[in-house]
Amino acid sequence: MTENNTLLKPSRPVGIVGYGAYVPRYRLPAKEVARVWVGGRATGLPIKEKAVPGQDEDVVTMSLEAVRNALKRAGIDPAEIRAVWIGSESHPYAVKPTSTIVAEAIGAAPHVQAADMEFACKAGTEAMVMAMGLVGSGMARYAVAAGLDTAQGKPGDALEYTAAAGGAAFVIGPAEESLATINASFSYVTDTPDFWRREYQHYPEHGNRFTGEPAYFKHSTAAGKIIMEALGTKSSDYTWAIFHQPNAKFPQRAASLLGFTPEQIRPGLLSPVIGNTYAGAAIIGLTATLDVAQPGDRILLVSFGSGAGSDALDITVTDKLPERRNKALKTHDYIARRTEIDYAIYARLRGKIAMK
Amino acid sequence: MIMTDIIVAGIGQTSVGEHWDESLRSLAVQAIQAAIKNSGGLQPQALYVGNMLGAILSRQTHLGALLADYGGLTGIEAETVEAGGASGGAALRQGYLAVASGLVDVALVVGVEKFTDVIGPDLEAALATLTDADFESVHGLTLTAQAALLAGRYLHENHVPTDGLAGFALTAHSNGAGNKNAMFRKAIALDLYQKAEPICDPLNIFDVAPNADGAAALVLTRRELLPKDFPHPVVRLAASSIASDTLALAERSDPVWFTAAQASVEHAIQKAGIHREQVDLFEYYDAFSIFAALTLEAAGYAKRGEGWKLARDGFIALTGQLPCATLGGLKARGNPGGATGVYQAIDAVAQLRGQAGVNQITGARYALIQCLGGPASIAVTHILERLT
Repeated sequence: MTENNTLLKPSRPVGIVGYGAYVPRYRLPAKEVARVWVGGRATGLPIKEKAVPGQDEDVVTMSLEAVRNALKRAGIDPAEIRAVWIGSESHPYAVKPTSTIVAEAIGAAPHVQAADMEFACKAGTEAMVMAMGLVGSGMARYAVAAGLDTAQGKPGDALEYTAAAGGAAFVIGPAEESLATINASFSYVTDTPDFWRREYQHYPEHGNRFTGEPAYFKHSTAAGKIIMEALGTKSSDYTWAIFHQPNAKFPQRAASLLGFTPEQIRPGLLSPVIGNTYAGAAIIGLTATLDVAQPGDRILLVSFGSGAGSDALDITVTDKLPERRNKALKTHDYIARRTEIDYAIYARLRGKIAMK
Repeated sequence: MIMTDIIVAGIGQTSVGEHWDESLRSLAVQAIQAAIKNSGGLQPQALYVGNMLGAILSRQTHLGALLADYGGLTGIEAETVEAGGASGGAALRQGYLAVASGLVDVALVVGVEKFTDVIGPDLEAALATLTDADFESVHGLTLTAQAALLAGRYLHENHVPTDGLAGFALTAHSNGAGNKNAMFRKAIALDLYQKAEPICDPLNIFDVAPNADGAAALVLTRRELLPKDFPHPVVRLAASSIASDTLALAERSDPVWFTAAQASVEHAIQKAGIHREQVDLFEYYDAFSIFAALTLEAAGYAKRGEGWKLARDGFIALTGQLPCATLGGLKARGNPGGATGVYQAIDAVAQLRGQAGVNQITGARYALIQCLGGPASIAVTHILERLT
């Protein structure tokens, strides 16, 4: 493959003008799930704890928090935003967009594209790639792309340990205004049924080990390998890397398979302390990395969504980052704001107790 | 009275594992094509399919017509044989009977199972149909729970230490390392066994063979019909025997004795005209470690209650007096349901032909193979012999 038919590269250079994260304050330790469902067996837990949304939080309110943080860093007039695209698998409405509520609330309506994305855990990066296209074509100056979830795991299922809430948002704009340029993207997508939730089902189903090898690892490593080949880069050319993080183990192994060191993925590896934020998981790793990155740092972001596919984005930090990153709460400010809950409170907050 | 030698002329198999990108039919076709090629191109006149759960797991019955068609053999006699976990061995016996009778010159036996299209409770429910529906599975009993009940009784009655069955898994994994078609190809140490997660007390994860996808095929013919340039040492089926016991474990007055396993081994040994000490290797049915222990006792290699000691003491190791599970057994090769009995025959043929690689038993002449349906509710035993 040549670079021309492999990479997505806008004709007008684009980048991240502002970024923002959001993580709700409640934390459910994995050992609490183990206490209730497997008699407290404490070995082999996939993470330490996960973030749980409060009773009045959903993807709309969380998106607003993240988008407002992104706007604080971008410092732009919201009326210039020409698209609000929000990726999630837990939009509060089956029909009626999250994105219109967010667009209205931030002052981007009515002259705006608005739509909700769904591609399991990679809907957030899908929105980013769409925003790259809209801005990169010159049709828009700014577009908002976000990915957040209030993911639910079936009680007692392996996913209940990790299914978490949180995510991130980005204002995509011209490269010359950006705190980090997005140099190119590459997506690797196949029909691979590793995880799904049909309409009217309350909880998703998954294919056990099938979600690993032929799904997560195949797509993540293929996307990462092909974008680096097309760009002529190698793992050591990147200061930082972020992989989709459904648990603590998968991103570390994917990184290792592609030649990245534990140090390169350290700032973005948040799943051990917030869980799997699904559409937000890879990109909240990016916001945490931007919180510490320096001008000139190069970042590889590889998302993964079941179904299945991976988006790989090649990013370079500009000298505008240091002045902007302190204009809003950082990712770790949210992670540090922690209220531990037990399984009973978790069951109440997540509506798992039947009231009628 | 059988007047001629029934020869296993061709063997073919897929690797055993989680073949997510293969279907029941594609696995079977690979094994069929490999076996026909291995036989020197013999043309089968009849197909006997060993399969256990295709109706539930693949929503596919009528495998005879399906696999004859996809195997490029449309028009030949074709049917499915089901005997629970012993389906592969039972299909082999049908092939043997057909060729021995003289009514069929070349028989194709294929065992196939496709597990990984169904996971979780649906798979457990499918497997539970192999127990007595009215008296066992209705109460929630699964095959694994049944084996655990047996193991608990066995350990208690015979004062066996809690890690007393470890030797079966250690032997299997050590041997699986030398089999490129095995699911697990890594030896394990005793401490890993001792620390393993329980599956159903007292059985831990290493006491239970993994259900996996796979297909294996054999071409059977009479000796005089072998191609002139047949390239392999000639291996015959010296004996074939099948016996049954109660389906429900609770119906047995002595649950920790595999009566059907004993009967079919004794019959086979007698038919082959050998002593059990002449057997060079034993491919037993170690779907659960406790099955292996009970089988060694039933087959007369250990006193009642002492089968586990043969694993502990190296008797069943590749270098022991009776090498067992020589290419990994069900535990390390994987347990592909209705294909397992056919894999056992292939392992035996590989050993007798001298094609078993690093796991070769030098000079092996007689191989005993046995597969079980449930806790020896059915026991199918064959003895294979290398002819000189």
